[in-house]
Amino acid sequence: MSESLLSVRGLGKAFRDYGTEWRRFASWLGIHTRAKSETWVLRGISFDVAPGESIGIVGQNGAGKSTLLKLITGTLKGTEGSVTVNGRIAAILELGMGFSADLSGRQNVHHTAGLMGFSRAEIEGAMASIEEFAEIGEYFDEPVRTYSSGMQMRVAFAVATAFRPDILIVDEALSVGDSYFQHKCFKRIREFREQGTSLLIVSHDAGAVQNLCDRALLLENGALIKDGDPAEVMDLYNALIAERENSTITISNHASGRVQTISGSGEAVVEAIMLLNADQEQVEFVDVGQPVTLLIHVLARKDIPRLVLGYMIKDRLGQQVFGTNTYHTEQILENVQAGQRVAFRISFPMNFGQGSYSVSTALVSTDTHLVNNYEWRDLALVFSVSNLSRPVFVGSAWVPPSIEVRNL
Amino acid sequence: MKEISAAIWSYRHFIVSSIRNDLRSRFARSKLGGLWMILQPLAQVAIYALVLSRIMAAKLPGINNRYAYVIYLMAGMIAWSLFAEVVTRSLTLFVDNGNLMKKMAFPRVCLPIIIGGSSLVNNLLLLVTAVVVFLLIGHPLSLAMLWLPLLIAINLAFAIGLGLILGILNVFLRDVAQVMTVVLQLLFWLTPIVYMPTIIPDRLRFVLEFNPMVHMVVAFQDVLLYGRAPGMAGLIVIAAAAAILLLFSLILFRRAAPEMVDVL
Repeated sequence: MSESLLSVRGLGKAFRDYGTEWRRFASWLGIHTRAKSETWVLRGISFDVAPGESIGIVGQNGAGKSTLLKLITGTLKGTEGSVTVNGRIAAILELGMGFSADLSGRQNVHHTAGLMGFSRAEIEGAMASIEEFAEIGEYFDEPVRTYSSGMQMRVAFAVATAFRPDILIVDEALSVGDSYFQHKCFKRIREFREQGTSLLIVSHDAGAVQNLCDRALLLENGALIKDGDPAEVMDLYNALIAERENSTITISNHASGRVQTISGSGEAVVEAIMLLNADQEQVEFVDVGQPVTLLIHVLARKDIPRLVLGYMIKDRLGQQVFGTNTYHTEQILENVQAGQRVAFRISFPMNFGQGSYSVSTALVSTDTHLVNNYEWRDLALVFSVSNLSRPVFVGSAWVPPSIEVRNL
Repeated sequence: MKEISAAIWSYRHFIVSSIRNDLRSRFARSKLGGLWMILQPLAQVAIYALVLSRIMAAKLPGINNRYAYVIYLMAGMIAWSLFAEVVTRSLTLFVDNGNLMKKMAFPRVCLPIIIGGSSLVNNLLLLVTAVVVFLLIGHPLSLAMLWLPLLIAINLAFAIGLGLILGILNVFLRDVAQVMTVVLQLLFWLTPIVYMPTIIPDRLRFVLEFNPMVHMVVAFQDVLLYGRAPGMAGLIVIAAAAAILLLFSLILFRRAAPEMVDVL
């Protein structure tokens, strides 16, 4: 495919242990030696990135995300397979690399942009806009050692994004100082995207991935286990991080056409889940603002010392709208017997905007599903909200306004 | 080889600005700043001159200047300081820049060039200072000094070649840097810089033949002190050694570069 911006084919990376370094030296001299052991941290990775496409890369620690990014940027060389890049890559992974404390901000900008491969004329041309973006005033000509860490970040981000790359690699966990600047950074990243830059975003945050990405890749133990729609990938990722001994993951096609992921050890399961209106009738369509009750029946299959029910309502794009659990509401059930059935009635006004929503449920022992995950069920229930009785509004929340209009 | 030169060319601005930054940041907060670049070797010359001139001065036949030993010392020091600086800094070059190499993709070959360039600037400043000192103590300049650019180029190539090889090995085997600091000291004393080769007993003199730095230093002394062209045999030996080391280091660099980041 000639039109793809980045093409990764059968990429693998092994770290070799030669036992003794002399054997490694001999291998460079053409003497055939065998490495004592090889550790594959990444293997068989293939994917393409089209121009303007944004891709989220998710995976647990040690899944190989950073290695993959290093292979793409070219700081590491792959052991097998290929990475073909048709364009310029910029990475915002570790800002301020190569800054020298005794040089001024301006000199460091020169140095860093040079390190990125730009000529002096290009750097001079961009200097004014870099200085403007960083917004650190007179400090720009002071030595970097007098900077606060936030100021250093500002200059570093300004240089890293001074020239629009064809592919921008962003570590989402990256902190770029105060929230004002953070907004500015994300604004710039979005602008790049609108101008056709492809994004590769590493993130643990489901919201960010679903918000910014068209596609997501899930890495697990050095393999690419899923490449697809961000919402599906994030569901599988959540299931994976909850995966424990003797727990299973079922992925099936839900009636709504989406992919449903159910995981957990199965010691407790959701037997039934339904949405009831004020008349206790089961409904699928709800008017904005109506009082509803989410009824969840849970069956304990084994004795469970502590049982917590959590639920999360997500919108059509998988963005979290509201969620809590009975740990936070201090309604933890202790010593649940095998065979016991529990009904949870969750009543709330449907103050959501128009659209389709899904409910995910989690049966756990504490406030997170990472300790004991009895069952995690995505798309446990799907319902729609329509606006039948309220004035027209947009957005996912119904915040009843009272607007006063007066001539002055 | 073509890729390497293309990479160097496209990063030429970076290399030049890095050399400037390197020199600038080394002395950034010292009062005398860049003056230290020449003060340090000069101080060393002064120390040796003070301690050893009585013993050594008599051993320099054919030179009438009473400061002959100082000139002799300086000639040797100019050759040695470039060599030692490049090798010492190349040893830990990749280890020191490990973090940068892991995070940024740029032609790694820039790193040794920056060191070579910055050391060269240092060395040229020292040379200019030496010439001023020579004029002050009444040592005439000679046409033989036209050999200097060639000698310095060979010296630089030799040092970069050796330094690069050792620097690469040091990434994998950190003992190399430790061993080399000792070896460099030994090599300094195995090279006739503070003493004359004539004080070595004849039956041991052949040992010096195996040290390429002997030929280098002797060539500098020929040019700067005696005002004569360097011996052709010695010149060929060091030029060949420099070419072989440089070529070998580039081959090794190409093979080892992909694995270097793995272990940094």
